[in-house]
Amino acid sequence: MSSPVLEASGLTKRYGSLAAVDGISFAVEPGECFGFLGPNGAGKTTTMKMIYCVLPPSSGHLRVFDMDVRAQPRAIKARLGVVTQDNTLDSALTVRENLMIFARYFDLSWSVARRRAAELLEFASLSDRANAKVEHLSGGMRRRLMVARALVPQPDLLILDEPTTGLDPQARQLAWEKLRQLKRTGVTQILTTHYMEEAAALCDRIVIVDQGRIVAEGSPADLVRTHVGHEIVELRGFESDSQARATLERVLAVAGDLTDAHEAHGDLVLLHTRDGEALLHRIREHAVSIEAATLRRATLEDVFLKLTGRMLRE
Amino acid sequence: MTTLFWPKGAFRFWQRNAFIFRRIFPESIAVNFLEPVIYLLAMGLGLGAYLSTIGGLPYLVFVATGLVSTSAMFGATFECTYNAYVQMYYEKAYDAVITTPLGVEDVVVGEILWGATRSVMYGSVFLIVITLFGVVRSPLALFIPVLFFVSGLMFSVIGMIFTAVNPSIDYFTFYFALFITPMFMFSGVFFPLDALPAWVSTASWLTPLSHVVRLSRALALGTLETRHLWDVAWMLVVTAALFPAPIVLMRRRLVQ
Repeated sequence: MSSPVLEASGLTKRYGSLAAVDGISFAVEPGECFGFLGPNGAGKTTTMKMIYCVLPPSSGHLRVFDMDVRAQPRAIKARLGVVTQDNTLDSALTVRENLMIFARYFDLSWSVARRRAAELLEFASLSDRANAKVEHLSGGMRRRLMVARALVPQPDLLILDEPTTGLDPQARQLAWEKLRQLKRTGVTQILTTHYMEEAAALCDRIVIVDQGRIVAEGSPADLVRTHVGHEIVELRGFESDSQARATLERVLAVAGDLTDAHEAHGDLVLLHTRDGEALLHRIREHAVSIEAATLRRATLEDVFLKLTGRMLRE
Repeated sequence: MTTLFWPKGAFRFWQRNAFIFRRIFPESIAVNFLEPVIYLLAMGLGLGAYLSTIGGLPYLVFVATGLVSTSAMFGATFECTYNAYVQMYYEKAYDAVITTPLGVEDVVVGEILWGATRSVMYGSVFLIVITLFGVVRSPLALFIPVLFFVSGLMFSVIGMIFTAVNPSIDYFTFYFALFITPMFMFSGVFFPLDALPAWVSTASWLTPLSHVVRLSRALALGTLETRHLWDVAWMLVVTAALFPAPIVLMRRRLVQ
């Protein structure tokens, strides 16, 4: 039985009267990919900084590799790989040199540094850019180089703070592929993101955080099942006038027990349901006039919006 | 935190700076050679034509043996102000390094060591040039690079203190206009201070550069006396006393 890679309990970071992280508890098991999902300002980056020992917690416990972050930061950091939210590559150095100089911080010899740089450039599909200056790389390449650099010490835990923010879809897909490849080799990962599809694509377990607190925890599929159900019927064309309200009430009456919950947001109404086909059929049967109706699977985004309350709910 | 910094970590950051500098080394050193030559031509041939001797020394000899220490000051100061600020703020190099086993303290000490190294490089080039001009009169001048290192540490520490609290790169103008330039003018480089009112030389004694100038001149001319030990002590005490300040201030700036 292996002990957790990381254990936090009652972890808090306070700035004056504001609690950026407000007493969160979680554990990360070896080999898993653990996701922090939350809107901007939820306390994700603050939590990551406490994990990589740059920010001391205000209170609570945080142990990484069974060491206290306050007592043994150097020993912890020696086994971590960190991809910060901002790219922090050395623009004066080439792609390969960025990896080699980083290796020196971990006290690796020049020959090991050179060998590892070559392997990681291969892994990150950057071998042909080894001698390029960082400023000549695309956004996706820079991000991959950040990941490659984080892997230089062969970390036991990889921390990824918004690894793909700002990347185009192709670059994001490639980054995901690399991260999944890493996961298969057994590297434990913690990532933060505000992209639901990223969390769903990469994470085994997720916590949804809002205003410094964990509001839900589970696997992406479980979270969807527990909080939203199976399917969503999206109805468009509602304006916020009295007539629309009447229409909505009619829809809900018609839907009856086929709808577990509903959310209204502007001209959009979402119906949570176990049987979307039947629900759509019923709405059409009763000739409720709706501009457009779409049936789709429930996603993590629905869970997220439901729990973090960004949507107007009734 | 049991120790002030981790020497090996500081050395690794020093090594990073040296690695980057290596690339511009030839150009940088070539420019370093040019600067003293320009100074000596202007001071020696220009001003020196009007001023014959100061304290029994040809003006060129007087000025060059003092100027050599200011070159070292500028070397360390530029490194630990503008360059360090760019690394910290624009390049986010410190943010990257502190995710490794190195801490803020190691980065700051590495930067200070590198500033002192630049001081030695910068000053030594200047020293070679003035030696070629025939200004150096004593083999004690071989110890001047040691002086460059110690004074380089001192100016690096002071520069890093300002960098750690500096709100914007534009404010370095104040550091230079209010601290470096007055010191450059009133530390006995261009004229002896004993001709001025007593309070000027007292005020000058409080500035770091005056001690470096006195020592570099004494070493270059072979006029070292026991009273120069006070200058050595001044530099060591001030450097040691200020040493923790940039670490504490930089940690406050980066860790939040």
